[in-house]
Amino acid sequence: MSNDTGLMTQTQNTWCPGCGNFAILHAIKSVVEDLEKEGHSKENIVVVTGIGCHAKIADYLNLNSFYSLHGRTIPVATGIKMANPDLSVICFAGDGDLYAEGLDHLIHAAKRNIDITVICHNNRVYGLTTGQYTPTSPYGYRGRSTPDGLHEYPLNIIELLLGSGASFVSRAYTRRLPHLKRIFREAILHTGFSHVDVLQVCATFYNMAAWYDERVYESSESNAGMFEFACRASQQWNYNDDANIPLGIFYQVRKPTLPEKKQGVAPDRMELVRSLIESAI
Amino acid sequence: MRYLLSEAENLIEYSVLIGGKAGDGIAQAGQLISSLFSELGYHVYQYTDYPSLIRGGHNFCIIRAAEGPVGAHRSGIDFILALDQKTPDLHAQDLNADGTIIFDSSRVKASGQGINIPDILNLHQGLPIMGNTAIIGAFCRCIGIPWDRVSVVLGKKLQKESEKNLDIAREAYGRVKQCTDVTACPGGQPRPLLSGNEWIGIGLLAGGIDAYIAYPMTPSSGILHYLASIAGKAGIDVIHPESEIAVILMALGYSYAGKKVAVGTSGGGFCLMTEGLSLSGMAELPVVIVLSQRGGPSTGLPTYTSQSDLLFACHAGQGEFPRLVVAPGSVDEAYFWSAQAVQIAWQYQIPALILSDKTLSEGIFTSVSLPEIPAPIIPDDYASPYMRYADMPDGISPPLSPPVPGEVIKVNSYAHDLFGITTEEPEVVVEMIEKRLRKSLHLASALDRPGAVCIGGISDAPVAILCWGSVRGVCLEVAQSAGLRVISPIVMVPFPALEFKSAMKGVLKMILVEDSTTGQLSQIIAREGYHADAMILRYDGRPFSVEELYEKIRGHLK
Repeated sequence: MSNDTGLMTQTQNTWCPGCGNFAILHAIKSVVEDLEKEGHSKENIVVVTGIGCHAKIADYLNLNSFYSLHGRTIPVATGIKMANPDLSVICFAGDGDLYAEGLDHLIHAAKRNIDITVICHNNRVYGLTTGQYTPTSPYGYRGRSTPDGLHEYPLNIIELLLGSGASFVSRAYTRRLPHLKRIFREAILHTGFSHVDVLQVCATFYNMAAWYDERVYESSESNAGMFEFACRASQQWNYNDDANIPLGIFYQVRKPTLPEKKQGVAPDRMELVRSLIESAI
Repeated sequence: MRYLLSEAENLIEYSVLIGGKAGDGIAQAGQLISSLFSELGYHVYQYTDYPSLIRGGHNFCIIRAAEGPVGAHRSGIDFILALDQKTPDLHAQDLNADGTIIFDSSRVKASGQGINIPDILNLHQGLPIMGNTAIIGAFCRCIGIPWDRVSVVLGKKLQKESEKNLDIAREAYGRVKQCTDVTACPGGQPRPLLSGNEWIGIGLLAGGIDAYIAYPMTPSSGILHYLASIAGKAGIDVIHPESEIAVILMALGYSYAGKKVAVGTSGGGFCLMTEGLSLSGMAELPVVIVLSQRGGPSTGLPTYTSQSDLLFACHAGQGEFPRLVVAPGSVDEAYFWSAQAVQIAWQYQIPALILSDKTLSEGIFTSVSLPEIPAPIIPDDYASPYMRYADMPDGISPPLSPPVPGEVIKVNSYAHDLFGITTEEPEVVVEMIEKRLRKSLHLASALDRPGAVCIGGISDAPVAILCWGSVRGVCLEVAQSAGLRVISPIVMVPFPALEFKSAMKGVLKMILVEDSTTGQLSQIIAREGYHADAMILRYDGRPFSVEELYEKIRGHLK
């Protein structure tokens, strides 16, 4: 792509007016600009996306990108980070993408504390496939695949991440932009697996803006190093009930991460091959 | 039935069967016996037969050692080593007229030479598993190998408690009498002896892999275990993630980051990898996939062999994209083509599949003559501003990996433009499809060259055995004795039409031998206008012995 230093490509944006994705795009652009000013090189950033409305961000950002498959941001990002630990790898994924099709990867990435950042565009609905329920849709949700209402309770994804060993667990909201930027920045700078569950609206299929606006609040982060406090914060809102919704970094700790520092110099490859064959005699 | 074949050619050869319960260390014991014969200068092939369980059951190995190259076992056995009663019960009928049974007299009733293994183990405070060392000691005495020579091999191969093992073997060695005189192979020299999986692993290393990623699945796991055991020394990453889906996607992450990477699995795992395979084709991210076949469909026969995934490998994945599929038929080829698969995948930026099966992967073989690995092709330099999918005459866009200051590197699973940005514009879609198509055409002409099809046996005989993969070993031996030609394609996709045509010159009758129910290779050659006159198909998961196949072939020659 072009040598232009701008962070946006010329690609025409096709998100619906009012979509929460704009705020996420704007926030990440602004965070990367700040990081560049502080001496980080943008060529060290790799963006990995799944499939869904969120994923168009790969086309809009003038950054290295891997536009992957539905549900498969995390294994791709893990491979990139393992292959080159100097790269800063950021996954953008949707809630259907990340919490349904690719949920196993999320749990295992948190468990192995791979040093990547996962940002979930959680609008609690499938947009691109026209409004079906996702793992975070509320009980009773009526979509085209559940016309009589959904008979499942949503996943409390914050609880799930805490239980999986994630070392950075947070929630943000697209209509609290300064807060959203701060959380993105902290997540990217965190060493280890960092997760941001971003509540956003789907302007066409599930517009919850007014409902969220009344309930979200920026919670204190003074106890973010304590697991018990994080668990309590995760249970204040279960993605279903009518309750106040805390935003912020619920949990952040330092733990051994992957990839580990590589040591030693690799031997000449054909020399090694010869010695392996020799030792089999 | 041995007279049919080897006596005419007057070659020295021996077949040994060792059997016992799962947990008796039968596979390891088989490897020790193989090592002994290799040390004596023989070519060796070892077949291991085991059910899918951890303890109990009946396991056995057949070790065949001969003056010339061997890739199959025989029906007749010269020496049976029995650690359980099932061994003589099931296999004594296969004992040759001058054969001998050596057995643990505490567990087995048989005629031959018995040793009381618990007694020997008690004497030296050995663990029950060391019973396998005892019976090998007895076997060595029986076949007349001097103790000095035995102790060298055992000392080299038994890493754990080698002193105690040697004492136990020595004790057993002293308790039996010599029954024959196996001498060093005339003109022979010790050769490297490894499983097919290990040969594939070394080939992948020779091809330049930086990483190997796999989820355990029989019969491919040997590659994972082998490469994990030498990862530190080799300076490669070896990773076992949560699923085969994660395996292939992680591998594509490595590939994007500029590292050479291979993955390994069997049919079920390959099913899960197909979305990643198609992504590799679309995003033009190279990856090598080792597909070691076992009996299917579904979970099937996990520890037994099959060749029923050939067409699946050739067609897997949605959409149309170039790929390489190779099927080595010997360990020399497994080494060479594993290295080639890595080099070709990275040269053309395509997925490359190496087809193996249980017989090749878990069989243990001495190499015959390992080919030189050619130097890798250095890719063209890129122009700035960088376009990941620049439309080059041969379809191969110069590769680049992050970080590169001033350049942005985008890969995409969607139809995309030259920069890697999603598009639905028909002209651009067509341009990119035709770019990938040109890679296919270049690949096909580059690979249709000598070596793509193996010709063996009597190379101008009018009757030919058609085969591929591990089955070639047994076909070559039968063809040599029966005066037949062997035609065995190694490159399956893109199919080497000219090489195959030249191999077929003068063939009047063709018999396909395959471990499947439908003879899948016949469908591939049908596209080239050929057909198999007869098919010998086997689908019980067991490889043919030389005699079994000879009888089947003879039925078609009348």
